[in-house]
Amino acid sequence: MNKKSNILELREITKTFPGVVALDSVHLDIEEGEVHVLVGENGAGKSSLIKILCGIYYPDKGEITYAGSIYSPRNPTDALRAGIRVVYQEFNLLSYLSVAENIFFEKLPQKAGLVDYRLLYEKTNQLLEMVGLDISPKMPVELLGVAQMQLIEIAKALSSQSRVLILDEPTATLTSREIDTLFEIIARLKAANVTIVYISHRLQEIFEIGDRVTVLRNGSKVGTRSTGDVSIPEIVSMMVGRSMEEEYPFDENVKPRKVMLEVKGLKCSANPQPVSFSVRKGELLGIAGLVGSGRTEAMRAVFGADPKTSGEIYLKENEITIRNPRDAVGNGICLLTEDRKDQGLISDMPCYVNITITDLAQVSRYGLLDNVLEKSASKKLVDDLGIKMSSLDQWVSNLSGGNQQKVVLAKWLFRDADVLIFDEPTRGIDVGAKYEIYLLLWKLANLGKAIIIVSSDLPEILGICHRIIVFSSGKISGEVDRGEFDQEKILSMAYQEYIKTIEDEQRVSGS
Amino acid sequence: MRARRWMYLLLREAGIGVALVLICVIFAIIAPRFASYANFTNILTQISINTVISVGMTFVILLGGIDLSVGSVLALSTIVAGMTISHKALPVGAAIPLAVTASVVVGALCGLFNGFVSTRWKIHSFVVTLGMLNIARGAALQISDSRTIFSFPGVFNRFGTETVFGIPIIFIMALALVILGSFVLGKTVFGRMLYAIGNNEEAVRLSGHNTSGYKIAAFTLCGASVGIAGIMYMLRLNMASPILGVGFELNAIAAVVIGGTSMMGGKGSLIGTFLGASIIGVLNNGLLLLGMGDFARQIVTGLIIVAAVVIDTYRAKLLVRFQ
Repeated sequence: MNKKSNILELREITKTFPGVVALDSVHLDIEEGEVHVLVGENGAGKSSLIKILCGIYYPDKGEITYAGSIYSPRNPTDALRAGIRVVYQEFNLLSYLSVAENIFFEKLPQKAGLVDYRLLYEKTNQLLEMVGLDISPKMPVELLGVAQMQLIEIAKALSSQSRVLILDEPTATLTSREIDTLFEIIARLKAANVTIVYISHRLQEIFEIGDRVTVLRNGSKVGTRSTGDVSIPEIVSMMVGRSMEEEYPFDENVKPRKVMLEVKGLKCSANPQPVSFSVRKGELLGIAGLVGSGRTEAMRAVFGADPKTSGEIYLKENEITIRNPRDAVGNGICLLTEDRKDQGLISDMPCYVNITITDLAQVSRYGLLDNVLEKSASKKLVDDLGIKMSSLDQWVSNLSGGNQQKVVLAKWLFRDADVLIFDEPTRGIDVGAKYEIYLLLWKLANLGKAIIIVSSDLPEILGICHRIIVFSSGKISGEVDRGEFDQEKILSMAYQEYIKTIEDEQRVSGS
Repeated sequence: MRARRWMYLLLREAGIGVALVLICVIFAIIAPRFASYANFTNILTQISINTVISVGMTFVILLGGIDLSVGSVLALSTIVAGMTISHKALPVGAAIPLAVTASVVVGALCGLFNGFVSTRWKIHSFVVTLGMLNIARGAALQISDSRTIFSFPGVFNRFGTETVFGIPIIFIMALALVILGSFVLGKTVFGRMLYAIGNNEEAVRLSGHNTSGYKIAAFTLCGASVGIAGIMYMLRLNMASPILGVGFELNAIAAVVIGGTSMMGGKGSLIGTFLGASIIGVLNNGLLLLGMGDFARQIVTGLIIVAAVVIDTYRAKLLVRFQ
């Protein structure tokens, strides 16, 4: 193969924030038409690098050459004009506008000064088909699930021609079928000579789609390798600077004990069929199922975040009433939501404020906050969890994704609950931090907490749970104990109800 | 690095304070009689009422809400207080404390209504308080039979012009409320919750808090502060009237906004609000001394409000750069 020319050349890119060197003299070459994967632990500098490329941050030092000339975007519009486009991990969609309007927001097709809706919907349908979404272009975005929103973001990026497309963890929220569609799209773009910079924590993906991979650690580049001459363990040790033993820890010594929480006949709008399950002290219970199968909704109903239509909840064999999150938290039940930006964190406030918010009574007396106590209590959790920050006063919005997730963990550890429900606890987090979180879950189980883990990452719950419950189309389609764990079996349970529906429809139309 | 840090602190903390000092210096040079003791106490008296209302307004705006009804509620509070104080059957010793209580309670009840309706039915407070603006004004006109109430007891009147160490007593009351409010916002669980709810209400709710309760409390406190402002107004004017306070909501919102509190909620301080109210007061006073008419003054004040917000957004951007 001929040596391709570099479309992007980064030279000595340095960016510092108070107390943190985000990027330290980074050199990086990206060839035209390649899929270049960026990996690194949380806070390694991936996000800062992207923000510099798309004009959100200015580098303190260094120079970027783009397609042969100096490139220094002053704002995201400059980057878009130059043909560099980013699909962010956090969504930037306008909730009340339709899918079509969101996709073409930057350039709505016009006719005589009015929006040409016919053309808009036509173009949108083409893009929706390309990303494998079967929804109406008129649907308001607020009605979509997280995975669908991610695909809309990708469709939006495809709506305009770009030379460089940067994808920031596009697969974090997608199911395997959607990921396949995404990879097809990437292959097609590559064939059209679009350069792709791909960021992911799922290392196996590097080999599926990547040409080259660059590893960042603590703001410096560790190295760039061709995906043909490198293995996952090698990449991991480049990332963490040491070798990793096992991916999923499982502690044989921790045995589930008495039933802690029992849910009987729970119904809510997403789960019209009654759902019943229980979780024991010291147990890690996994909840599997496709995105939109009602697993998140059921957990939110248990927690009182959304109303439930019926159902009883027993804690240590006593029936309890949960009408709102306040009742749940008061009874020692907590929920770590899947959407940390909108539901988990108060972004523009200091870290310690986010941590102590779950139990201000602990750090106050007669309604007066004890600032010193508050900070020392938060400091302890920050140290225990290894959260990287310049100070406790730093806003959580300035932390990297993984560190933000750890702040969410810290806030619920501060409360000292008996039942902890984690919805996608490791979404968008690197391997090193994931492992730390698993160890933490085991520590909690060992302390006799009941733990529920909702996750789209099947290997993860197969690896760390005692038992798995599978949701399918709003009901529980099966339950599997650790002895009988089998990926295929759980997947078929997850699809079970959807297949039934199709069969029923066929029967109805056939008769 | 050190210069940067200084720049950062200056931008973050001192913006409005510096502006206030600058405006004062300019007026001291160009406006006759601006820099005099008499004028100084005059300004302090003039800003007191707006300051008190703005304290309440800050609480509500920090939550991402707004209270448009403060002017009308002030009128209603003064009418109720005025009718109580001038009631023939009541001895003066009982009438005054009763009137003060009545004013605060009426204000608080109106605030309670605003907070309850907007949280219970999830209606933006803009709409609910717009309704209250009419309700309270109508009620004030109705119960007073659209008449102004004069002639309060002498003790009451004298208190309004009293000074302590040369400082008007009603200004001391306003300043005390600013300090008390700052303490509540900065040091109490309640204050912390207001900031947190203003930033991300859903995250706070999912952390196990009754956010509606805090919101209702903030609106009620805002109403109570209007009740206090009503009493101060009566002390100054020696009358109660159903047509008092028209447009007061705008001055209060202006003070809060100039003071750097975000209309989106979650960010701001009462010190800022106090400085904002001072800037408006000083401008009005200084421009008047320069012989500027009512209308022209209104134009200038309006321009200053817009400029303050523009500068503030620019300041926020600069802050990020120097961070």
